[in-house]
Amino acid sequence: MTDLEVTGLGCRRGGRPVFRDLSFSLAKGELLALTGRNGSGKTTLLRALALLVPADAGAIHWQGADVAADREAWRRRIAWLGHLDGLKGDLTVRENVATACHLREEGTERVDAALAAFELGPLASRSVRTLSAGQRRRAALARVVAAGARLWLLDEPLNALDAPSQAALRAALGQHLATGGLAIAATHAPIDVPNARTLLMDSSPPPGGEEHEP
Amino acid sequence: MSGFTALLARDLRLVWRRPGDVMVVLAFFVVATVLFPLGIGPETNLLARIAAGILWCAALFAALLSLDRLFAADYEDGALDLLLLAPWPLELAALAKCLAHWIVTGLPLAVLAPFMGLLFGLSGEGLAALGLTLLVGTPALSLIGGLAAALTLGARRGGALLALLALPLCVPTLIFGAGAVEAVATGGGFLTHLAILGALALLSLATLPWAIAAALRQAGE
Amino acid sequence: MASLHVLANPARFRRFSQKVLPVLSGATALVLAVGLYLALVESPPDYQQGETVRIMFIHVPSAWLAMAGYALLAGLGAALLVWRHPLAALMARAAAPVGAVFAAVCLLTGSLWGRPMWGTYWVWDARLTSMLLLFFLYLGHIALSRAYDDAERGDRAAAILALVGVINLPVIKFSVDWWNTLHQPASVMKLGGPSIHPAILTPLMVMAAALLLLFVVLVMVRTETEIDRRRLDAAERAQ
Repeated sequence: MTDLEVTGLGCRRGGRPVFRDLSFSLAKGELLALTGRNGSGKTTLLRALALLVPADAGAIHWQGADVAADREAWRRRIAWLGHLDGLKGDLTVRENVATACHLREEGTERVDAALAAFELGPLASRSVRTLSAGQRRRAALARVVAAGARLWLLDEPLNALDAPSQAALRAALGQHLATGGLAIAATHAPIDVPNARTLLMDSSPPPGGEEHEP
Repeated sequence: MSGFTALLARDLRLVWRRPGDVMVVLAFFVVATVLFPLGIGPETNLLARIAAGILWCAALFAALLSLDRLFAADYEDGALDLLLLAPWPLELAALAKCLAHWIVTGLPLAVLAPFMGLLFGLSGEGLAALGLTLLVGTPALSLIGGLAAALTLGARRGGALLALLALPLCVPTLIFGAGAVEAVATGGGFLTHLAILGALALLSLATLPWAIAAALRQAGE
Repeated sequence: MASLHVLANPARFRRFSQKVLPVLSGATALVLAVGLYLALVESPPDYQQGETVRIMFIHVPSAWLAMAGYALLAGLGAALLVWRHPLAALMARAAAPVGAVFAAVCLLTGSLWGRPMWGTYWVWDARLTSMLLLFFLYLGHIALSRAYDDAERGDRAAAILALVGVINLPVIKFSVDWWNTLHQPASVMKLGGPSIHPAILTPLMVMAAALLLLFVVLVMVRTETEIDRRRLDAAERAQ
């Protein structure tokens, strides 16, 4: 059964369509990998799915209901990893992950497991300011895991990760999918998990000169 | 814990970890007010007469000076996305951020200003009035400045632009804040001024969180 | 298709304006000529203010248009934020400097009028002070709308600012009036007060109509320019 149903989605920035007429569906336990060149609209699509960017055409349905109808319920269902880590340098790793849980108005019972999944236990009480880029990325991923959301939206999750951390991400993703979760990830490198599908975002300019007067 | 409290606690904790940022603002306030007697001359009567206006203006500048980081830090490190995606109203998040700013800026300024008033020879009643009006009026400044800060996220020349946007909107608060302190000296009308000042703060409270939230949403697009 | 409709609006505006502008420009020139004749030649000098009363024929309509212009910005801001109407953004971008110029003209003529009447170029008269603050609001709007690399972000930020500004304008006006009566007893004669003589009213109204037409023409021409500029940007980015 498909949980997420995207139909005819289109977005434009600066009067230019970034992508349009995009349709796909995603069922429990499935990962959708968004691939395509820089500027092909992967990030915009992720932001549109999170309702951060308004789509100017099409609709997003979750289990049959339009997600725009109840935005707060939709935000509860998604966990977000942007290209920025969203961490506060002056807070410790644990404080960052726990605060993110509080901001979702949820408990912190999943924090320890999430930190452990990315081997952040020894770093938990270090200020994020003192971490390397890869360590920060792991902390941001731990935040996603701790959110306990059904749908993960990940923008370049493999960025700055070394081989063991990539394996940890694959394991976390695998467990998320195995327990009925869904994930959409914009990525350059293939993420090697079962049930992964790929959506190639076409970066070629769309046909027809809409911008210009006939 | 509600999201509102969590955000407020987070911002206060961040300030607690770097108390220097607040101290700089308060130091600016002190130095700026001390400059006026040096520029105008030490004549006590004149200083006492213009004290309210000067201290209010200096408090206004100090509050604005500290505002350009209010949302910019969250914007630059990506934490703003987490606020935009929090499953509770963004208007409340805007309010929590402004409240945190007021607690670490408006409140200390209201406490500090009467001491600076002593240097200007304000009467005891005048000093009390100054502290009280700043206490009532600075929330409006935090909200107006918060809007300007949200509107200038990611803009070129953010800091100066923020002041240009916020200052005209702060004029009513300034007029009634400084006016109330002067009313004490000239006799009569203090309560009217204070009531209108309170009304202005309430008007800001009732309208600006929505505007700030709208500005933050469009910054996240 | 929704996106086609959205794009068609500026194009439709352009076709409309190209038809209307010549007529409107001619009308503006005509009404302005009549108004200036009435104001400078026909109307009598004031028994108190002498010839300087003629400054009012520019000053008062400029004040009206500056205020109406800000209300227009707020309306366009609402149109942009609520309906995402692309033409509204371009028109607001075009109208803001025009409104600011009218506010500046109002301030300049006010101080020119003040020199012989008050003996000084500037007094903290309530109306002039409010107009000065309105001018600052315009400056903020103009600066904000042009402060972003992404023009559309500037448009939306400025739209929010215009809406907040229009709510605050009455509050600012009230505060300044209060402040003025408190600090200055009402001995200063009010510029363009309610006591307008009928002989002055006709030229004033004709001049107001002329300047309103001028405002509309300027905004339309500037909107056309903004449409072209946005097209150029889009074409450049598409390459």
